[in-house]
Amino acid sequence: MRLPQQTSEIINREKPVAFTFEGKKYQGFEGDTITSALLANGVKILGRSFKYHRPRSVLSFANHDMNVIVDDVSGQYFIPNIRADVTKVIDGMKLKAVNTFGGVENDKASILGRFSKFLPVGFYYKAFHTKALFPMWEKMFRAMTGLGNVDFKTPKIKTAKDYGFCDCLVVGAGVAGLSAALAAAENGLDVVLVDENSQIGGSINYTDIPNELIERAKAASIRILSDCYAAGYYADNWVALVHKTHMTKMRAKTVIVASGAFEQPPVFRNNDLPNIMLAGAFLRLLKLYSVKIIENAVFLVANDYGYETAKTALANGINIKAIVDLRNGDEVSGLEEFVAKNIPVYTASCIYEAVAGKDKQVERVKIHEFNDGIAGTLKAEIACDGVVMATGFAPALNLLYQANTKMRFDDALSQFIPDVLLNSVFACGKLNGNYSYETRVRDGEFAGISAANFVKNSKIKLPKALAETQKPNHPWPIIEHEHGKNFVDFDEDLQLKDFKNAVQEGFDNIELLKRYTTNGMGPSQGKHSNMNGLRILARLTGKPAQEVGTTTARPFYHPVPMKHLGGRGFSPNRVTPLHSRHGALDAVFMLAGNWQRPEYYARDGISRQNAINAEVMAVHDNVGIIDVGTLGKLEVIGPDAAEFLERVYISKYKGLKIGNCRYGVACDETGVVVDDGIIARLSDNHFYFTTTTSGAANIYRELSRLNMIWGLDCGIVNHTGSFGAINLAGPNSKAVLAKFTDLNLDDFPFLGYREALVAGVKCRIIRAGFVGELGYEIHASALEIHKIWDEFITAGATPFGVEAQRVLRLQKGHIIIGQDTDGLSTPYNAALDWALKMDKPFFVGKRSLEIIAKKPKSQVLAGFALPKDYEGAPPQECHLIIENGDIVGRITSITKSPKLGQIIGLCHIKPELAAIGSEIKIRFSNGSFVAANIVNTPFYDPENLNQKGVAK
Amino acid sequence: MPWRLLRFGLSKKHPEPRMFDAPDALKPSYDVVIIGGGGHGLACAYYLARDFGITNVCVLEKGYIGGGNTGRNTTIIRSNYLTPEGAQFYDKSLELWQDLSTEFDLNLFYSNRGHFTLAHTDAAMRTSRWRAEVNKHYGIDSEVVGPEFVKKHAPMINLQCGHHPIMGALYHAPGSVARHDAVAWGYGRGANMRGVEIHQRTEVLGIDTKGGKVCGVKTSKGYIETTKVLSATAGSTPRILKMLDIDTPIFIHPLQAMVSEPLKPWLDTILVSGSLHIYISQSSRGELVMGASLDPYEVHSTRSTLDFPEGLSAQMLDMFPFLSEVKVMRQWAGMADMTPDFAPIMGKTRIDGFYLDAGWGTYGFKATPVSGKTMAYTIANDKPHELITAFSSERFKNYELTGEKGAASVGH
Repeated sequence: MRLPQQTSEIINREKPVAFTFEGKKYQGFEGDTITSALLANGVKILGRSFKYHRPRSVLSFANHDMNVIVDDVSGQYFIPNIRADVTKVIDGMKLKAVNTFGGVENDKASILGRFSKFLPVGFYYKAFHTKALFPMWEKMFRAMTGLGNVDFKTPKIKTAKDYGFCDCLVVGAGVAGLSAALAAAENGLDVVLVDENSQIGGSINYTDIPNELIERAKAASIRILSDCYAAGYYADNWVALVHKTHMTKMRAKTVIVASGAFEQPPVFRNNDLPNIMLAGAFLRLLKLYSVKIIENAVFLVANDYGYETAKTALANGINIKAIVDLRNGDEVSGLEEFVAKNIPVYTASCIYEAVAGKDKQVERVKIHEFNDGIAGTLKAEIACDGVVMATGFAPALNLLYQANTKMRFDDALSQFIPDVLLNSVFACGKLNGNYSYETRVRDGEFAGISAANFVKNSKIKLPKALAETQKPNHPWPIIEHEHGKNFVDFDEDLQLKDFKNAVQEGFDNIELLKRYTTNGMGPSQGKHSNMNGLRILARLTGKPAQEVGTTTARPFYHPVPMKHLGGRGFSPNRVTPLHSRHGALDAVFMLAGNWQRPEYYARDGISRQNAINAEVMAVHDNVGIIDVGTLGKLEVIGPDAAEFLERVYISKYKGLKIGNCRYGVACDETGVVVDDGIIARLSDNHFYFTTTTSGAANIYRELSRLNMIWGLDCGIVNHTGSFGAINLAGPNSKAVLAKFTDLNLDDFPFLGYREALVAGVKCRIIRAGFVGELGYEIHASALEIHKIWDEFITAGATPFGVEAQRVLRLQKGHIIIGQDTDGLSTPYNAALDWALKMDKPFFVGKRSLEIIAKKPKSQVLAGFALPKDYEGAPPQECHLIIENGDIVGRITSITKSPKLGQIIGLCHIKPELAAIGSEIKIRFSNGSFVAANIVNTPFYDPENLNQKGVAK
Repeated sequence: MPWRLLRFGLSKKHPEPRMFDAPDALKPSYDVVIIGGGGHGLACAYYLARDFGITNVCVLEKGYIGGGNTGRNTTIIRSNYLTPEGAQFYDKSLELWQDLSTEFDLNLFYSNRGHFTLAHTDAAMRTSRWRAEVNKHYGIDSEVVGPEFVKKHAPMINLQCGHHPIMGALYHAPGSVARHDAVAWGYGRGANMRGVEIHQRTEVLGIDTKGGKVCGVKTSKGYIETTKVLSATAGSTPRILKMLDIDTPIFIHPLQAMVSEPLKPWLDTILVSGSLHIYISQSSRGELVMGASLDPYEVHSTRSTLDFPEGLSAQMLDMFPFLSEVKVMRQWAGMADMTPDFAPIMGKTRIDGFYLDAGWGTYGFKATPVSGKTMAYTIANDKPHELITAFSSERFKNYELTGEKGAASVGH
C-alpha cells in the first residue's frame, strides 16, 4: 500500500502513470520504479527464478534483483531484460516477466522445484550425454534457458559518445563520495561525481543522516552526473561512464572509488520468498516511494544498521513481531526502545526457515538457536508478513579490482579492504570498512585531499583517520537446513548444499567453484553471492578467506547496452573523387576493401559479360579510362629517400633517373611478397609511388614504423585521399591526351614520369602499362581530377571497370598481390625474381630470401590456357589442380579473354609440373575435371610492343 | 528425466567422489612432468596414461586447472582449415571430440551448430572456395554457399551488413561448440583416475638440464627429478622457454571476448565475418558469446580494454541491428601465443626430453584432443607423431612455414 505523502518521497503524486504487468492494468506515479509501482498495487509475485521458477519479489531494490526482470512490449519494438527494481515506470508500458511458462502467477516450470533433489549441482554434466539423445535434451535446455526475448524489429540505434576529462572522478555520491568530491573540489580540483541513482546522496535520502553534504555538493563547482554508472575501469584512469542516453569515456587524473557496499542476504531455508528483503530495500521503498508492504515484520539482524532500520519501521507504524540477532547477547546493545515496546529480541538466534502461505509470500518464520554458526533447537515460531534482513555487506570493489588493486581480507570486519592501490586511484567509505557517518565523512576527506595532493603535487595535510566502531558484517550469516532451498545465489538458484557438493567433487578453488556451480555468473555477477560463496568455501576447506581469495571482477559493473558501446560506429565507406561520375555512367559498384569501385558500366540491352567484353575491346582497339584513385599514393622526401626505398623494396632506386619510374615489390621479413607498385623519381630527394588498393593503409603504417626504427633522414606523405588517379589506356590514348596537354608526348617513354597541366589541372603522369596497351596514369588533386575525367569522356574514351581491368591485366600475366600470391609467396615463386636485387646490402626480407634461394621451390606461378574450342563452364579461381589424387596447385586467376577468344589463367603449381606445354587437371567443385595446358605469359603481346607504344 | 540423476535424489549423502585429487606433496621423481594444467596438458596426461600406460606423471598448474585459455576461449570447434596439414590435423581432433562425452562419462555439451564464415567481398569468396576445395579433398564437410542459404540458417541476419553486403559464406556443417571448462575437468578426471597427479597452485621456477638433456624441474612445491618435460602453457610459453634459452617466434597478443546478458535462444549457428572481424554464437545459458580479432600489439596480460567492446558492438550491430538494446554483461581476455604462420609449434626441441606444445594462438581449444593425443605419442616414443611433423619448430629455421595465415584471421 501507499503511505500518505511524506517529504522524503521522490514520486510525483500529481502525475499518475498507467501501465500493465502480465496483462493486468496498474497505476503508479511518476518517479516510481517498476518494482515500487507494482508493490504499491499489492502485487506479490514480480518474477520467477531462473532454474526452479520459484516466485520472487523485491530483494535488494538496488540494481541486482535478477529475478524481477521484465520485457517492455509496448513500443514499436520491445526492450528485453529491463531491471524492474531500478527502472522508472513510464506511462503506457506493457510489462511481462521474463522466462516464465504460462505467466508469473502460475509458471508451469515451477514444477522443477519439486525435482530439485534430482538436479544436483552441475547435474547437466552428469547426464543427457548419450550421443543419440543429446540433441533432444539440448533442445529442451535451450527452450528453458535465457531470460528476456530479443525483438528482431529493433532498429540499429546509434548514440553519440562523449569524451570527458577531469582532475578527479568520484564514483558514488553517497556520504563518502560526497565528502571526497567536496574535499577535492575545495582543494582546487576539477571534480566529476557520478552516481547510478537519479538523486545523489545515497542513504542520506532515506535515513536520518543530515543532508548537509548534498547541499554543499550542489553548491560547489562539482560536475554531478546522476543516473550514470561507472561501468568499467581501464588502464590509465580511462573510465566508461554510462548514461541512460549514451556513454562518456572519461580520462581522469585521479579516480576516487566510493561505490559503497552491497547488502548481503543471509542464507536460510526459503530466504527467497516474496516479502523477504534486505533492509535497504525496505527503507528505500518506505521512504523514497512511500510503499509499505509489511505490516507485521520480523527483523533478522547482525548490526546496528538492522536496529536503525527497525526503529524506522516502528516510526512508520509497522509492527515488529520479533528481532532475531545472529550475534550473542553480549555483542548487542541499545535495545531499550524495543524492550520498552515489548518487542522480543532473540539474540544468538537465527531464522532457520521461512514458511510460505497460500499467497506464496512469507507467512511465518521458525526461530532457532544459533551458536558458533550452527543452528540449534527451535525457540519460537512467529507469524509475519515480511522479513527485513541486515546481517552484513560486501564492499563494491569491482572497479578497484579492474584497477589492479591488491585486496586484504580484514578478519575483524569480515570484508576485503583495498590494500595496495595504483598511485592515482583512491578508495573511501564502506570500501575501507567505514560504516558510521563520521568515519565515512572523514575517509572521504582523506581521499579527496590525497587526490588533490597527487594532481597538484602538493602536500596538504591529511586529516587524522577516525576509528570505526561498527562491525556491520556477520562472518557467517549462513544457516544449514536438511531440506535445503537456502539460497546463496538468487540469479542462479544455488543452494548451500550445491557449494558443499561441488567442493566434495573437487571444485575447492574459488574459480573452479564459480565455474562448476555458476555462482556469480548470472546478470548480477555475484554482487550478492560472491561473499557468501567465499565464506562457504573458506569454512569447507578450513582456509582463511584471504587465501581463498576472490574471482576476477571484470567489466562491466552493470551491463551496458550495445547501442552505447557501438556508438555511431566506424565502418568507413570510401568513394573516390570520381564517384558521382561513375554513377552518372550507370556503373555497377563492387566493394574493394572499404572502397566502392565500378565493377563495370551497365549498358542497355547488353549482358554483364558483354558489357565487360566491350570495355576490354575498347581499350584494345581505341581508348579507355579507369578510375584508379583507390591506389595507395605515397611520397618519400629527404636526403635518404632513395636509401629508404631500397631498404623497403626488393629492387634498386638510387640509380633511378629523375623523370623515370620503376616497378617495386615489397616483402616482409620472411621474404613473402606483401605489396607492389610503381615508384617514380621526381628529384634527387623526392619519390612518388603507388601501393595496392588493399595494401594502402597497411603499407603506409608499416613504412612509417620502419622509418621511425631506421631513423633515416626522410619523411613519408600519404596522398591516398588527397589525389585522384585515372589510367588512360589504348592505342589512341596518346591522341586523346595530346588534346588536353602541352606536354611533349613524343619525348615520354614507357616508364617515364612527367608533370604537366592536363585540361588545366596540374598532374603527375606515369607511363605505365598494367592493362597492356599504351597508357598514361594521371594523378591529380582529388578536387580537380573530375575535370580531366570529363574531358576524356567527351573526347570519346570508354570508361572501364575493375572486371575489364582484371581481364586486361591477366592477358599480360600481371599479377595481383593477395590473389596471385598468398601467405607463402616469395619473389621466387611469384615469378618476380627478375625484380630482385640480392646484391643490395639490405632490404626487408633479404636474409630470408638468401636462405630460401638455396632451397628447391615448392610452388611456382605459371600461366595456363584451356583449349580454344572448350565450351563448358570455366573453372573458377581457387579450383584445385590434381595430379595422381594429390593437390598439386590451384588456379589463382582465370578469365575468358575476348581478344584471344580463349580461357586463360594463372595458377600456383609444383615446379615439376610447370613445364610449358604440360597438361594440368583442374577439378571443379562438383568433382569433375577439365584439362588445360601450361603456356607462356604474357598471353597477349608477349614482346610488350603495345604498352611500349611501338606496335604498328 | 534421465535415470542417471535418480541416485542424487535417492541417496542421503551426495553420491559423487572428487573429480580429481589434491595431493599435498610432490613425489621426488616422475616419468613425465607436464607444465600447464589446461586442456592440452591434461589431455596429454590422459592419453599418456590411457594409450601408453605411462601413469607416473604429474601435471603442474600455477593457478587452477582450465584457468588459462581453456577457460577463456569462445569454445568453437571446426576443422575447415586452409592447408592440408592443418585440415587433416583438426579433422582428427573433430573426430575425437565426437566421443569425448561418452568416454569421460561427463556431458561436455558438445553441440553441433554449423559454422559460417561470411564473405563480404569477392576476395573473401575466393578464399572460401579455396578452403572448401581443400577441405573436401580431405573428406571434410565444407562448402561455399550463397546468401540465401545463410539467411535460411540465420533468418534474422541483415544480409546488407551496413555497407558490407554478404555475398556468400563458407559453410562447415560439423562446426560445434562445447562447454570449455568441462573439457579440462574431463581430461583431468580421466588422467587422475589412471594415476596421474594434478598439482594446482604449483609454479615451475626452473628446468634443469645436464648434457643437453632434461634432468629435473624446480617448483614452488619442491624439486622433481625427471627426464621428460612437456610445456603446454600457451601465453606463458615464452617465460618457460626462457628458462631453457630456447628461441621461438612466438608473440603474445591479447585476445578478448564478451558475453551478453542471457536471452532466450534465437541464434543456433556460429557466425564469423572476416570483413567485419567479428564472430558470434549463443551459449546454452542464452548468452551471446562474441569475439573479434587479436589485439594488434604484444602484451603479456589479460586486462580488458574499452575499445574492444566498442568496436565489436559497432560491427555486430551492422550484422544484427536488433541487438541495439541488448546489454553486454562481461568482457575478458586471454593471452594468445601467436606464431608467424598461424600454426602451432609441436614436438621435440633441441633439448632432449623437453617437448613443446605451443603457438596455439586463437585455435587451441578445438585442437585439445588431437594435441593431447599426438603429444602423448611424441613423448612416449620420443618421435613426433606424423600429424604434427609439419608443426616442428625447425620449420622457421628452414623456411618451411605452413600457409594457414590467410584463413585464420578471425576464424577462431
